[in-house]
Amino acid sequence: MSAEDRRLDGNAIGGLLLELFGVELTVAPSVCGSCGSLEPVARLHVYVDAPGVVVRCCNCEDVMMRIVQAPGRAWIDLSGTGSLELRALE
Amino acid sequence: MAGAAVLGRLTWLATEVIGATAETPRVRTLQLQAESWPGHRAGQHLDVRLTAEDGYQAFRSYSIATAPDDELAITVERLDDGEVSPYLVDELREGDRIEVRGPIGGYFVWDGSERGPLLLIGGGSGIVPLMAMIRHRAGSGSSTPTRLLYSSRTLEDVIYQEELDELAARRNGFELFHTLTRSQPAGWTGYGRRIDGEMLRDVAWPAAEEPQVFICGSTRFVDTAADSLVALGYEPPSVKTERFGATG
Amino acid sequence: MSIISRGFRGRRSEGPPERVPPGQHLTDDFPVLSAGPTPHTPLEEWTFTIEGGAEPVSWSWDEFRELPSETVTVDIHCVTRWSKLDTVWEGVSVDTLLDRVEHDASYLLAFCDGGYTTNLPLEHVTDGKAWVAFNYGGEPLEPEHGGPARLLVPHLYFWKSAKWVRGLALRDEDEPGFWESNGYHLLGDPWQEQRYWGD
Repeated sequence: MSAEDRRLDGNAIGGLLLELFGVELTVAPSVCGSCGSLEPVARLHVYVDAPGVVVRCCNCEDVMMRIVQAPGRAWIDLSGTGSLELRALE
Repeated sequence: MAGAAVLGRLTWLATEVIGATAETPRVRTLQLQAESWPGHRAGQHLDVRLTAEDGYQAFRSYSIATAPDDELAITVERLDDGEVSPYLVDELREGDRIEVRGPIGGYFVWDGSERGPLLLIGGGSGIVPLMAMIRHRAGSGSSTPTRLLYSSRTLEDVIYQEELDELAARRNGFELFHTLTRSQPAGWTGYGRRIDGEMLRDVAWPAAEEPQVFICGSTRFVDTAADSLVALGYEPPSVKTERFGATG
Repeated sequence: MSIISRGFRGRRSEGPPERVPPGQHLTDDFPVLSAGPTPHTPLEEWTFTIEGGAEPVSWSWDEFRELPSETVTVDIHCVTRWSKLDTVWEGVSVDTLLDRVEHDASYLLAFCDGGYTTNLPLEHVTDGKAWVAFNYGGEPLEPEHGGPARLLVPHLYFWKSAKWVRGLALRDEDEPGFWESNGYHLLGDPWQEQRYWGD
């Protein structure tokens, strides 16, 4: 597997985000805190092979989210994300 | 709308394997019965959790292969040095139990209510969520014009081959295009190379028809296809992508 | 209460307990963990810098490779629970590098191509405990494993052995790095199972 294939997208953490936030987040438009680009979480660059999950902007590659899981707890850093839009279900 | 986040809110469901079907020498479909399964949409996936006797746990995600109105099933490809897929493909038997949670995903889904036409591009086991969409289309009597471009290594690796041929033979708007990248049988009339811009220009709907696109496979496969479509004038938001890792 | 799946074992093996820290299992391969795209800095642009001392000290790749190096065989332990025994590395001891710098720092922050950082107390990288490694298994370190050079601190969890390291920033205080600021333990001693905050 090439290094490039180690990169996935936001779909790969749909379950994790649903577990942590209680809402389906892969459709959520997200703003990159670095470059300001707007993309659904599903399109962000996701690395799951690390000691934690790292989510990067698909345009500038800066870190938007970091998630670490331990038994019974998790740490979530969204400081690289400008904003996430959530919508009510119809 | 968003409630407070609570860890563990998405529960693991006790699940029994009620059937297993070999699709190719390396690929098997598992029919599952999960307690209180809420139903799913075409394109969604579920997470599987396996626990060993000593408490060791492994987690993987698998796309749901069946349409919303069908029994729950996943299709798994064995990766030779994988930790989980050899167990699911070679070892697991009817009556065995695993845990699943889901369904997961709201982006890479097709409900059939959207306006067509539909372009589906799958590489290897990336065909699985697309097959759920194709089965949903067939089962709901939809006539949405649909084209599937399916890349496999050899003919032997094509998953759901007979079913796809049968659906294409119905001539109700579903068209099937194969490309075999490693070797082709004698007399092969399909494509014989990795997908590229030229192939997509032949197969894809003109951008002006505003097709909806779903691409699934490895990152390299998906990026190549998506970039080529955008170069053909497709609007990026209409090109939905799901990338599979090769962690087995 | 999880359901046990008949016959599932995972791919693990036990090892001699005096060499495998608690909660770890052995692996034969060398898993690649990545937090981002693999950087590819050309060697002619590569430098290693120690800053925060009396004045910054920098080596080019050629200068770095002229420094005395040593080959070491060490066990490595990843916080994701795999351990690998008897791995062979060649690198320049961090002692050799720090000898060139006047400083009175107690801590450092390693910084890397791609933006990764990790923090370490000086006492955990001196007296033969750490290297800047450029060969693995007798071959030049591959980019996906951190090449051209990575930090090697085998007595701590392997997230401290920062890939694509470009330098050390000497500090008076322990400043949490990329993972330490988001849940991972500040020190990371595998023998005390210091994986997360509060362990």
